[in-house]
Amino acid sequence: MVSLHKYDVVIVGAGGAGLMAALHAARGARVAVLSKMWPVRSHTGTAQGGIGAALGNHEEDHPEWHTFDTIKGSDYLADQDAVKILCEEAVETVYELEHMGLPFNRTEDGRIAQRPFGGHSNNTTGQPVRRACYAADRTGHMILQTLYQQCIRQHITFLNEFQVLDLLLNEGVVCGVVALELRTGALHVFHARAVLFATGGWGKVWQITSNAHSFTGDAPAIAWRRGIPLEDMEFFQFHPTGIYRMGILITEGARGEGGVLINGLGERFMEQYAPTMKDLASRDVISRAIYLEIRAGRGIEGRDFVYLDIRPEVVNRYFDLDGKKNADGSPRRISAADIEARLPDITDFVRTYLGIDPLTQPMPIQPTAHYAMGGIPTDVHGRVVVDEANTVLPGLFAAGEVACVSVHGANRLGTNSLVDILVFGRRSGIAAARYSQAADWVPLPAHPEQAVREWLDELRGRPAGRERAADIRETMQKTMMEYVGVFREGAGIQRAIETLRDLKERYRQVSVTDRSATFNTELLETWELGALLDLAEVTAVAALNRTESRGAHAREDYPQRDDVNWLKHSLAYRMGDGIELRYKPVTILDYPPQARVY
Amino acid sequence: MKVILKIRRYNPETDRKPWWGQYEVECEPTDGVLDALNQVKWHHDGSLAYRRSCAHGICGSDAMRINGRNRLACKVLVKDLGSRITVEPLLGLPVIKDLVVDMEPFMEHYRAIMPYLVNDDPPPATERLQSIAQRERFDDTTKCILCAACTTSCPAFWARPDYLGPAAIVQAHRFLFDSRDQAAEARLQVLDGPSGVWRCRGIYNCTDACPRDIQVTQAIAEVKREILRRQG
Repeated sequence: MVSLHKYDVVIVGAGGAGLMAALHAARGARVAVLSKMWPVRSHTGTAQGGIGAALGNHEEDHPEWHTFDTIKGSDYLADQDAVKILCEEAVETVYELEHMGLPFNRTEDGRIAQRPFGGHSNNTTGQPVRRACYAADRTGHMILQTLYQQCIRQHITFLNEFQVLDLLLNEGVVCGVVALELRTGALHVFHARAVLFATGGWGKVWQITSNAHSFTGDAPAIAWRRGIPLEDMEFFQFHPTGIYRMGILITEGARGEGGVLINGLGERFMEQYAPTMKDLASRDVISRAIYLEIRAGRGIEGRDFVYLDIRPEVVNRYFDLDGKKNADGSPRRISAADIEARLPDITDFVRTYLGIDPLTQPMPIQPTAHYAMGGIPTDVHGRVVVDEANTVLPGLFAAGEVACVSVHGANRLGTNSLVDILVFGRRSGIAAARYSQAADWVPLPAHPEQAVREWLDELRGRPAGRERAADIRETMQKTMMEYVGVFREGAGIQRAIETLRDLKERYRQVSVTDRSATFNTELLETWELGALLDLAEVTAVAALNRTESRGAHAREDYPQRDDVNWLKHSLAYRMGDGIELRYKPVTILDYPPQARVY
Repeated sequence: MKVILKIRRYNPETDRKPWWGQYEVECEPTDGVLDALNQVKWHHDGSLAYRRSCAHGICGSDAMRINGRNRLACKVLVKDLGSRITVEPLLGLPVIKDLVVDMEPFMEHYRAIMPYLVNDDPPPATERLQSIAQRERFDDTTKCILCAACTTSCPAFWARPDYLGPAAIVQAHRFLFDSRDQAAEARLQVLDGPSGVWRCRGIYNCTDACPRDIQVTQAIAEVKREILRRQG
């Protein structure tokens, strides 16, 4: 039994991008949102520190500065036309959120409060600028809640706990998706004029990650299997400050409020690596610095972590050393109460999971796999493009972390993920609705659910007990952490690729013990592991091919950025069981590549 | 450390009634109960069903009854519970399978209080102004993650499932005390109705259950006072 549904636009994923797209698409089309979770569970909710927009509520700021910072942060791999749109539309997007009801923190005069964040600077002085608009340290939570609230108000149709497993095409045009309803195990075919993927990232490829269990790269894996390329997959961001061994994120806002990184000698080591921006340099720069300190034996007690220190007396000491002043010229100060008020969730996490009080003790941290710069290639309208000439695949759209526009290039700046999901969520929602108004219904292929059903039948028919998904997942995560992490080198990546190919062989032997149709999360996790393995392999192969260091991709055997040969985006295609890499140029407008110093 | 997990199991396809499964797993003391459940699922019994996502207390997926109290499985640590841990689905919502309950009745109550800002004035070109004090007024209730731990710990909700419950009232509070909102009358009508705030008996289970440390009972009391103030 297969249920058939028909909508103008089917949106897959209900985080910030999917919900923003839904709100705007629903103004001109019949829309359904499919999500494997309840929308309020989406990973957008875990974003903490803020959303970047040059409102200038505290001090001079301009979208042009935001644009330059983003391009510099990207190590010049971002497409500059897209970045310009990102930073200009960031401003109206933040106001739109405020009008929807988002409870931003406020300034003394009632405007949206802003804090400094990594890589965001006053372009004249080079000093950090207050650009991150925030709601305490739960900005993402408030964005997710606010958008979902508006969707309720607009009566958007949601199909919650529906796992999309396949994308349907007919003669080169996208016409729907196949989904599994978790509650019943039933298959559903969604016939659509336009499909919009907004399923987020895939940090679960790595062992230490800030990402949710559900962040398994479902849509990019589906797209990849249907012949759509994946762009810039070698660039995956490691956030410098994950809680040691757990990977739980501690927002860059902690450093925005004055927190400092300290090594085993008690030194504020970022002064050596980034003399101007120091602890607010770009994430890739800081993650590498932490690895280098640890490698040189300067981790805490010689071990594999350093401290993030937000104790008020420490922060105030460095404010004085840096000569930080308030607007009225008085020395900048922070109190324990300020920290509790501005970083309540962080203090709570640290107390809960580490059993220490960050107001009196420094926090042990290590870099944690955090964000996919790469993904499904799109243009600035969220239309999926499939080759070097940016040829549009009719009917398919993507937005948010799953997409690669590319606004983040080789390294994303903090706060720009929230800007990206909303600016391009809106753009893609509008574009998908417009497309659906003009496009004819493309008939579904014969037996649209056949590929999914064959996979399910084959999986259920496997003999029990040969391989366990958990073992394969753990080996993949450790392998990627060791060889395709903050630092990489050719032989290590090669070893990772061999391991991954072996794991993919073993994956074919994984059996599912749960034979029931009802809420079969074992089946779901097994399918998700297949997606992760595919994306891990693409990541490793793209990383091996790129023989330079740029942004988050740091090759020890090729330590320099190489603009002559490598100022280009990679496009990875599935070719049978192999992977073919092609490349497309970067759009450079006003900012030619320069040396990147913080 | 060795931990014995006793888990309330139920699969509607094979079980006529719920039963207790017992599992022995090896945990770090700093592991959460979610880590222990993952151990069971990944290495002992793959059929165990529960929801989880972010694993650090923000997404609200894994609220369940742990040693008799509603907790997020990812936010309560094994070392704080000892070596015998009992896990059951939330009470008061239909069980779909094992620890997975039907969230729809809970979300229906949420939708009933109009959980969205209503302000029909044309918006200014920039932000609406709001003072720090006005923003602070409803700060506590903006933290709600809709995990349902509060509502499903409430005896008044168990007795009368049509009671909107603490979570819906917390969400209403978030808008009622937002200086930008204009729909207080419509919301208060629902909250003053037969399924509204007057069903609360001030038992405080909700406040104890909230993984976000929201002063839930206090928020409900503030909504009650607001109804009376406007009627006065």
